[in-house]
Amino acid sequence: MAKKIRNETQPIAAPDSRQGFPLNSRRKFLREGAVLGGATLLGGVIGTAGASELDKVKPARPGNENLPPNTPQWSQSLGAPVAAHPYGKPSEFEKNVIRRQIPGLTRTDHSSIDFAPLQDLHGIITPNGLHFERHHSGFPAIHPAEHRLIIHGLVKTPLIFSVDEIIRFPAESRIHFIECGANSGMEWSQPTQISVQFTHGMLSCCEWTGVLVSTLFEEVGVKPEAKWVLAEGADGAGTTRSIPIEKMLDDALVAYAQNGERLRPEQGYPLRLLLPGYQGITNIKWLRRLKVGDQPWHTREETSHYTDLLANGKARQFTVEQEAKSVITFPSGGQVLDHQGFYEISGIAWSGRGRIKAVDVSTDGGKNWKEAVLQEPVLHKCLTRFRLAWNWDGKPALLMSRAMDETGYVQPTMPQLVAIRGTRSIYHNNAIQTWRVDANGQVSNVHLRGDVEGQPNANIQPNIICV
Amino acid sequence: MRTSSQILFASSVIALGLLAAAPSRAETRFGIARAPTAAEIAGWDIDVRPDGQGLPKGKGSVAQGQELYDQKCAVCHGSFGESTAYAVLAGGQGSLDKPDRLKTVGSYWPYATTLWDYIYRAMPFGAPKTLTHDQVYAITAYVLHLNDILDSKAVLDEKTLPQIKMPNRDGFITKKTLPDVQNPRCLKDCKGDPGARVVGLTQAALVVAAPTGQAERRAALEGQLAHTGPAVGAADAAAAQTLSNKSGCMACHGVDKAVVGPGFKQVAAKYKGDKTAEAKLLEKVQKGGSGVWGSVPMPANPQVKEEDIKTMVKWILAQ
Repeated sequence: MAKKIRNETQPIAAPDSRQGFPLNSRRKFLREGAVLGGATLLGGVIGTAGASELDKVKPARPGNENLPPNTPQWSQSLGAPVAAHPYGKPSEFEKNVIRRQIPGLTRTDHSSIDFAPLQDLHGIITPNGLHFERHHSGFPAIHPAEHRLIIHGLVKTPLIFSVDEIIRFPAESRIHFIECGANSGMEWSQPTQISVQFTHGMLSCCEWTGVLVSTLFEEVGVKPEAKWVLAEGADGAGTTRSIPIEKMLDDALVAYAQNGERLRPEQGYPLRLLLPGYQGITNIKWLRRLKVGDQPWHTREETSHYTDLLANGKARQFTVEQEAKSVITFPSGGQVLDHQGFYEISGIAWSGRGRIKAVDVSTDGGKNWKEAVLQEPVLHKCLTRFRLAWNWDGKPALLMSRAMDETGYVQPTMPQLVAIRGTRSIYHNNAIQTWRVDANGQVSNVHLRGDVEGQPNANIQPNIICV
Repeated sequence: MRTSSQILFASSVIALGLLAAAPSRAETRFGIARAPTAAEIAGWDIDVRPDGQGLPKGKGSVAQGQELYDQKCAVCHGSFGESTAYAVLAGGQGSLDKPDRLKTVGSYWPYATTLWDYIYRAMPFGAPKTLTHDQVYAITAYVLHLNDILDSKAVLDEKTLPQIKMPNRDGFITKKTLPDVQNPRCLKDCKGDPGARVVGLTQAALVVAAPTGQAERRAALEGQLAHTGPAVGAADAAAAQTLSNKSGCMACHGVDKAVVGPGFKQVAAKYKGDKTAEAKLLEKVQKGGSGVWGSVPMPANPQVKEEDIKTMVKWILAQ
């Protein structure tokens, strides 16, 4: 069956409900090859001209034992039975798809990060076992029967909840990304990471199920003078952040499930705070307390850390919204394109301010852009998959993606961002990412910028201090 | 055999007993949970605000703080708060707008109360929430003294701590300043940023990315490119490595090189041929101590099982 390919000149109609699908998508067979930059027109439906891909595939084992016309060994025997793995796992041939650390990034693995393998993921959902981790004192093993959530402070009726009691409340399920404020933080001064896993991997997206904080706050009766809420975790570091009351009453969730199953310990089992669109640190894991007050607490995670130091010596505080951002995940750094011709450029876009409105893609280093197709449904404060058909002519190319969200905000270039922020503010690097494809098909991380002269000074400080 | 009236009487006594024992559900819309007791709240209500709300009664002096700091903090933060192995605690005042900017408690933190809050809830790194209130006042006083904010005779308590005005109190912008950048979204024949050139990964950049050493860096590079994880040795070595990571040893010890304490290869070299080494090191890891490699003490590790320590010590001596 021929593969349906979207005609990218006919954008799909936007959905009219927050989580709904449009009734009529307009999809047509591609009538002509995608033309961008210097690529040539194929002059027909892609796939019929030229040698078949099947002829080029190398046999998996010598002697073509499992390839047609032979009958593969797995077709001549039983496979594994049901419940061979009561909690299933991926194929052993996918064991390279894992979270990874950057060696030497942090002094200890307990106050540290690991990164989601964005280059190996499809669609918009991050599987639970691949969700990035950021802990300040490791992740605890909490017995759910011994965990509590206390809501107190400027409230009429303070309450203490068991986990089972939280689960009894009316539930909501929402699909939202979580991005660490320090995502891409190693890239401020110059390209330092090879793979998109490390340039952008402090990012994941799940369906979160829980109770709206507003429901719980109605239950306790928040007093009118309340302005801030301290959220506190039960981890060793007792991670705390002050959250504005408006956010808590808006779309904040006390979540207990991710992608259909209960939270993973690494993501806060048994309860976490989920603040859609807000930087990762505010989404307190292993949530044990919400204290309602009238002033911020100026905790360590909103003063010493997670503040943005500017060149003039002043620092921005409480910059909680993650601004619109995108990255191409295929082709991306470290990958190799082993033949010319048709590829689908694919990537993800997201905004903490709402829906992605458009993603533009360039293959000539930003001289010309074409709007990519957005995978339905396009959701609020959620990863959005974008795709663009591309015919690679074998010449060097510079691939970039640029997101625009529903507020009209457009993802900036690195020089535009550095002009305002400098290179040492650590957090909130949402600059456009560039991947170079060279004539060998190798893909590498490059920056287009004018402030780096040749070999950078070897004494530069690392751009992140993660403790 | 019980009569029905005896059964009824017994049931009602049991029912009343249960009612008396069960905490009453709150009179709220859903009526699912109950109110916490004052004791339950007090045990978890550990936050401290800049105005001092939340600070418990207590006090500690800079002198007392120095003693505690040297025992519990210097191992990671350095005797003068200067260590870059972990967060630097002192120095850097006035440097924030300079190329060599250094963010420390004294140069960057806006409130001294944050220090009390953080030390109590999160420190020491391996044993948080084990200090007494007075100890936290003392250590807070000493860290402030290291930053020249308190003199050596100072005593801190719940009244004086919130009064301290930190040097960088006015260094933060809290009003909304975002979005701060505008990209005009050019689509055709775009000029691009002035002077922009293609900048690729460089050798110096790779030093920043993976400052562990040539071999580890190359392996890390290969790991990134080939999407393979680190090589795993024999089962015992892998188990020992996992244990030493989980137990927090890697916070202070490298395999090849010293971090805060000696590298494991250095330990192995020192005790080569020494048949009493295993027993000596078992005791050292369990009880802590100093003097062999330097004066900064290794903390005791009572939380690590003896058989796990034995597994790790065997592996360390084989490095």
